[in-house]
Amino acid sequence: MKILVLIKQVPDSTTTIRIRPDGGDIDRAGVKMVVNPFDEFAIELAQQLREKRSDVQQITALAVGPAGAAEALRTAMAIGADDAIHLQDGAFETLDELQTAALIGAVVRDAGYDLILCGKQEIDLDSGQLGPALAERLDWAHVGAVTALEVGADGRTIEASRRIEGAEERVRCGLPALLTIEKGLVEPRYPSLPNLMKAKKKPLAVKSAADVPGFADLAGAVGGTHMHKLEPPPARPAGKQIKGEPAQQAAELVRLLREEAKVI
Amino acid sequence: MSKDVLVFAEQRNGRLHPAVAQVVTPARALAAAGGGRVVGVVIGAAVDAAADALAATGVDHIVTISDSSMERYTALRYRSALAAAIAHLKPGVVLLPATFMGRDLAPRVAMRAGAALATDVIELSRDGEGRLEVRRPIYNGKAFGRVSFPAGRLAMATVRLNTFAPAAGGSGAGREAIGAPAIEGDARLTCTEVVRTGGEVKDVTEAEIVVSGGRSLKSEENFKLLYELAGVLDAGVGASRAACDAGYQPHSRQVGLTGKTVTPKLYIACGISGAIQHLAGMRGSKVIVAINSDPEAPMCKLADYAVIGDLFQVVPALTAEAKKLLAH
Repeated sequence: MKILVLIKQVPDSTTTIRIRPDGGDIDRAGVKMVVNPFDEFAIELAQQLREKRSDVQQITALAVGPAGAAEALRTAMAIGADDAIHLQDGAFETLDELQTAALIGAVVRDAGYDLILCGKQEIDLDSGQLGPALAERLDWAHVGAVTALEVGADGRTIEASRRIEGAEERVRCGLPALLTIEKGLVEPRYPSLPNLMKAKKKPLAVKSAADVPGFADLAGAVGGTHMHKLEPPPARPAGKQIKGEPAQQAAELVRLLREEAKVI
Repeated sequence: MSKDVLVFAEQRNGRLHPAVAQVVTPARALAAAGGGRVVGVVIGAAVDAAADALAATGVDHIVTISDSSMERYTALRYRSALAAAIAHLKPGVVLLPATFMGRDLAPRVAMRAGAALATDVIELSRDGEGRLEVRRPIYNGKAFGRVSFPAGRLAMATVRLNTFAPAAGGSGAGREAIGAPAIEGDARLTCTEVVRTGGEVKDVTEAEIVVSGGRSLKSEENFKLLYELAGVLDAGVGASRAACDAGYQPHSRQVGLTGKTVTPKLYIACGISGAIQHLAGMRGSKVIVAINSDPEAPMCKLADYAVIGDLFQVVPALTAEAKKLLAH
């Protein structure tokens, strides 16, 4: 079984987000970059499958992004990936999510993967488009937001659970398939120092637009949204503090929620 | 491409998802601005009950696609069906609720239809040339992005829950049934069962009011106080990561960065100090109440109303007050 894990490098969730004065992007100076936490679940899952089964031959990590994304790929290789593909080109930076899915599709289509894993969403743009869109591009089945997984003994089928409103869907499908991973399925390990050292020696292939079959036609066929302006969240008006005895506080809160906020 | 705005009218077991009526609201505004109709599409096995509910939201036209193989949602059958509806109606804009189903389905359909897509949007308008323009939260609500769409291509968006008031008023929509596409490969993926989790209270992502508790609740038993308040307010019950990790509530109720993102009209945080990861999951709530003994807690700073006190006294008092009010 060959597994591909899609990785995105994103600002750490605790980072203070500052928007550049021109509104074109966030100010990236000094921002700590990490592996998207949901993608970390995906790479951990791939490694756990290898540890549990005898038929996982290869785990490859793939990232699209600027030079720094190589760090995220090294982390993925320290957790378990055998090798990595870094799609790096200025021309990739203007692609939107669907176009990025088409780009990855062009690179991995004939590579013989049985399973593609990625996070259910990326915590920077929060779009969640990549996994399902790539599955469609490849005409594969996908299961989104997976919370439980069993791979059949023959390595040809999976059974998975996915979370929905107040319930879980249990689904079954044949491989190849793409899964997007929800929190709770696995706990990512911290890569050990020896594994971090080993990861530096694992192969990392950098590919540019010239290496992608049909790249010139790709953006013209799908997607093309453009995030042209970033804005800070609207300032919340200063809140009210309600003090006093519990019964008075409760009465005052209910009055405010009814008469001022009009939400109950 | 016509000027029509298509709305994916999600249903499960014949029940129209409440978010569909919310999506009809911006769909109507976009259709009015562009001179087209709002067309709702119902996909499933038995579709009539949901189509009736959809008609009451005031859509202009309803298309149903029904087949016994679509009793439960699967990404492959539903993408084929929705793509068939798009091919049949040739809308300029397609909107879906940003539910679990909508989020799962929209990217596949957009790729299949050669569309452009923005997810979880909170504002929709048409620019000077009539093209869709949207606004959406990014970086967990720490910023917002304005997104434009390319000319001459189908524009799709999923709409964040509880952002728009539900549309109502109408019953005159014409109905049209189109055949379910028979695509052999779609049988690769099957849904074998749907198992309820988290009991009978509302799910946090569906509820208009969420009552949420942190580790300072101290036990699963004490969460009863929150369930009592939630019962009176018809609310869902959520919890912080710390409370879920401690086993007080199942992870299906966790609100936050790695839990669920909620956008209710009222979020009542009981004994939640407000770690940045928790705020990431509820910052989009319209009105926020903090009940906390520490006025310096981040949640109290964020809240519209901060009740400074002992939650074990305040919450039962609040339940009693809410009962009095809602009894009238």
